[in-house]
Amino acid sequence: MKIHEYQAKEILAKHGVPVPKGGVAATPKEARDIASQLGGKVVIKAQVYAGGRGKAGGIKTAASADEAEKLAQEMIGRQLVTHQTSAEGVPVEKVLVEEAAPIERELYLGIVIDSARGLPVIMASEAGGVDIEEVAAKTPEKIIKAYIEPVAGFQPFIGKKLAYGMNLAPEQIRPATQLIGNLYQAFADKDCSLAEINPLVVTSDGRLLALDAKLNLDDNALFRHRDYAELRDPGQEDELELEASEHNITYIRLDGDVGCMVNGAGLAMSTMDIIKLSGAEPANFLDVGGGASDEMVTKAFIILLSDPKVKAALINIFGGILRCDIVARGVIEAAKQVEVKVPLVVRMRGTNVDEGMKLLAESGLPVILAHDLKDAAEKVVAAKEGRLTA
Amino acid sequence: MSILVDENTQLLVQGITGSEGSFHTRKCIEYGTKVVAGVTPGKGGSSFDQIPVFNEVERAVKETGANVSMIFVPPAFAADAIMEAADAGIALVVCITDGIPTLDMVTVINYLHGKATRLIGPNCPGLISPGKCKVGLMPGDIHRQGNVGVVSRSGTLTYEAVAQLTEQNIGQSTCIGVGGDPLIGTTFVDVLRLFEKDPQTKLVVLIGEIGGTAEQEAAEVMKKEMTKPIVSFVAGSTAPPGRRMGHAGAIITGSSGTANEKIAALKAAGAAIASSPAEIGIVARKVLESRA
Repeated sequence: MKIHEYQAKEILAKHGVPVPKGGVAATPKEARDIASQLGGKVVIKAQVYAGGRGKAGGIKTAASADEAEKLAQEMIGRQLVTHQTSAEGVPVEKVLVEEAAPIERELYLGIVIDSARGLPVIMASEAGGVDIEEVAAKTPEKIIKAYIEPVAGFQPFIGKKLAYGMNLAPEQIRPATQLIGNLYQAFADKDCSLAEINPLVVTSDGRLLALDAKLNLDDNALFRHRDYAELRDPGQEDELELEASEHNITYIRLDGDVGCMVNGAGLAMSTMDIIKLSGAEPANFLDVGGGASDEMVTKAFIILLSDPKVKAALINIFGGILRCDIVARGVIEAAKQVEVKVPLVVRMRGTNVDEGMKLLAESGLPVILAHDLKDAAEKVVAAKEGRLTA
Repeated sequence: MSILVDENTQLLVQGITGSEGSFHTRKCIEYGTKVVAGVTPGKGGSSFDQIPVFNEVERAVKETGANVSMIFVPPAFAADAIMEAADAGIALVVCITDGIPTLDMVTVINYLHGKATRLIGPNCPGLISPGKCKVGLMPGDIHRQGNVGVVSRSGTLTYEAVAQLTEQNIGQSTCIGVGGDPLIGTTFVDVLRLFEKDPQTKLVVLIGEIGGTAEQEAAEVMKKEMTKPIVSFVAGSTAPPGRRMGHAGAIITGSSGTANEKIAALKAAGAAIASSPAEIGIVARKVLESRA
């Protein structure tokens, strides 16, 4: 789960990580007030769930409170398009107004779980402010790593090693060690999957500041963090994706025009792949899950059809825990609730397949049946192009 | 032979009385698996379909000789259940539970260091040695006993691959779903080494997906240690970066997580690549025929 930069900075500040002075504004007037409290010279940062804001005009400097208000006016209520968003972009509803810190050096600090080692790893680099992937590819020697053993937890020597590794001045080693320890504490306390400060800056007066901050929270840990729900900003998420997730359905909207509904994530990805191999583009990823009920299938199918880009739909089910007759019932019910305007191809295998097929046949729905994965993909592409009808 | 589970498996089910646990326990018994005990705290002393239920794993092991555990405990308690099974000396723990926090798994993986217990999963469909023993969720009837080992990160895609093999008259030695989470107990590398040593297994089908570097690590081991041929498919060529495709581990972060990188590594290590998920069975047949 993603959260906004201002939320990440609030969490970090509570854990003792120094962040720039500032506040979040939902209106230009609020931005102006915060700017004047900070002395006028500020940075205005659009709060969106996407990187690449700087180049897209989502981060701007204001010399006065007047200018801060004007810049906030330009950002709030607009869509921001960055290289990480769709062509429509994401809505800017809030801006972060912060003191413009005098920057001397830009460093990188990040924590993730290294799945090969089974341990959290803290990465630090003196080459901050740029894409860390690029640093890793071009100058890997500039990235220093330290692993955290769960029994011992964070130890000061780890922070010291990373602080010296970033070539900090002697008087900065101790505060940096503390900052790194505090960042790790935030990562562990909040069940993060990523905690990143890029850049971590050294100001001209020698202070360390988290100029940008990103925390991704582990969706699986929701049950022990009630506050996660409050942090979530539904305005940043796709409406259909949000609706699906409320029904425990994993749905991700893509750019193509062939919708698909599958059980299991691996098979769902493979179904997208074979649609592409057959000459079309998938409109979505949709995993109804293993233990889906017929109501969930109905909901999932309606969500799939709600995407106006969808010109044909493919249902691919390998019944195991999920029975084919449940899928058939769910689809038939969906067809009663909404009009199915696009051709529908169904491929089912496994548990109760005969009953499922029989239900579909008796329903009178114009369904094109397919006997295997390849046949299904070819038929859905042909149906989309009008070469095949039920 | 076969690997990890066979006719000597004495299965214990943690969470046997829950809805999923009870359903799948019955399916495993129907397939022929010997289920000797169940564990549900608070229900010790009762029984489930004539199977004795215990409060603790240790007691269950002492009284029944269980050597494999299958876990259906809810995510908040699953990490604890895995460690309890390891503490009781269970040799193989298969954790089906989906949704365990990653930091809990950090604790589990490190707790297991130096212990004799092997963990499969979490968030996995389990494993089956066709004709002998099933410890998991897979539909038993699509399998057929034979000489191909199957290892995968997913559930239904594994069933798809197995069904294609069976349609080509190719049976399986053991089929394992290692799980879709970022942190798992048994990796592709571990399973490849087990298949390499197993005399029944003549070919391995490895089904990868986007995210992480498990396929690249498998490719390294294929190059250095494997004499048996490998057929591979990697799911997610069409997945966009930065989006979690269902599995917590299936998310492209950086170039190493893409399907193309993984396919290139597997190809360079000598694997025969199925470029379509519909061709896994056909490619396996061709490789077997070329070796015959």
